[in-house]
Amino acid sequence: MAILEVKDLEVFYGVIQALKGISFEVNPGEIIALIGANGAGKTTTLQTVTGLIPSKAGKIVYDGKDITRLPGHKLVSMGVAHVPEGRRVFAQLTVLQNLKLGAYTRKDKKETEDTLKVIYQRFPRLEERKNQMAGTLSGGEQQMLAMGRALMSHPKLIVMDEPSMGLSPIYVNEIFDIIQKINEDGTTVLLVEQNAKKALSIANRAYVLETGSIVLSGDAAELMNDDSVKKAYLSE
Amino acid sequence: MSFLSYLINGISLGSIYAIIALGYTMVYGIARMLNFAHGDIIMVGGFAIFTVVSTMGLPPLLGILVAVVICTVLGVTIERVAYRPLRGVSSLAVLITAIGVSYLLQNVALLIFGSNARQFTSVVTLPNLKLADGALTISSVTIVTIVSCIAIMAALTSFINKTKIGQAMLAVSEDNGAATLMGIDVNRTIAITFAIGSALAAVAGALLCSTYPSLTPYTGSMPGIKAFVAAVFGGIGSIPGALIGGILLGVIENLSKAYISSQLSDAIVFSVLIIVLLVRPTGILGRKINEKV
Repeated sequence: MAILEVKDLEVFYGVIQALKGISFEVNPGEIIALIGANGAGKTTTLQTVTGLIPSKAGKIVYDGKDITRLPGHKLVSMGVAHVPEGRRVFAQLTVLQNLKLGAYTRKDKKETEDTLKVIYQRFPRLEERKNQMAGTLSGGEQQMLAMGRALMSHPKLIVMDEPSMGLSPIYVNEIFDIIQKINEDGTTVLLVEQNAKKALSIANRAYVLETGSIVLSGDAAELMNDDSVKKAYLSE
Repeated sequence: MSFLSYLINGISLGSIYAIIALGYTMVYGIARMLNFAHGDIIMVGGFAIFTVVSTMGLPPLLGILVAVVICTVLGVTIERVAYRPLRGVSSLAVLITAIGVSYLLQNVALLIFGSNARQFTSVVTLPNLKLADGALTISSVTIVTIVSCIAIMAALTSFINKTKIGQAMLAVSEDNGAATLMGIDVNRTIAITFAIGSALAAVAGALLCSTYPSLTPYTGSMPGIKAFVAAVFGGIGSIPGALIGGILLGVIENLSKAYISSQLSDAIVFSVLIIVLLVRPTGILGRKINEKV
């Protein structure tokens, strides 16, 4: 059974329809990539799934529960974490305060401390800078903080919006390596990326969004060799 | 000696402004709105104490407790009924609503208590402090006010830094969307902020009416505006800013009353505000305002 199932989802911004009835599913353990051009509706899709934007029609089922109308903050304790576009770390708070806020919904202090240790192992730079204001970190470090913060809630499904945006090529590779490792540790990943090549190289399956509709879907490796995808998104 | 006495009274008045300014500054910091009805909550607190203590003859501490409960419930109710439905719409609409709520509170108080000033019995019953062989007398209300202000500041600072709710408030004040992604219920956090601000307004009401024992439905209006000035002065959104702004405002006001002109003191206070804002538009401790992209 799919961990996340989106059916005929429609979203409007005023009179403009941003999502025109899209359907997709994410199975446990997968990395799913949503690719597409600017304004195709990728971020809207993620924000609707995690309850930040209300939908007009359609259904979102997570872990067998209908979450279509659930307010965003309730999803975190159900096991959904969202790494937002532009990272959105709390710039005026320290790295450690940011990470602790990631564990806001968790009650057990001991478990939270253990998770913090695991995250420091994965991102040693965050430990080095734990007392530094998050706003003073570099873009790549902020991305790591945003990911670490999301992992603090111990999610089953992690949703990532443009994790490579604005990063130097070295960081891009590192971030994608980390995403793969997070997935290997048992977290399902739903990834939105403009860097289609990178996204497809780590994803199991992918969906291609075009102006609010899914126009293509399938195995990531197959899509990588698809002529229309190559032409439109892989600039070959 | 008289200078010292003016100074101490100024600090005391400033402490009241600071306690009120906390409500403005916290609500602004977290909900990004100016709650112009905040001053009138003080008045409601004053009347609650007046009713319990002077009309019913019960002890002042019980009066304060009742006022705190009534103001907290009132603040949360106002937020729920008047402000929450407007979340996400233009901030001008919220501002106008807040002014409307302010008039509503004043007029309801007018209906219930009439426009005649009531004589407020001080909630502080301790003896005054005489220093330097009686040359300097500090009233007990003054001391209690300053001590309360310090205690409230210390308690609030540790509440924000040490508790989960406090950290959630910081998160919401910086980015409420990202706070939602942490699992923080933004509406609940804003409601808690209103509860704290309104409870503090009740305490401010007790101290204000004990210092100036005349109570009318408009009692909260001017101190409310001055506390707002204090909040802007110190840097709106900043808790230490509210303290510094409040104390400075109280001292400037009292010293100008004493040495320049009691009629011009308000004009002087507002002139200083204008000068401060010209030099430092974000106030003394205000953060640089980052335009969101």
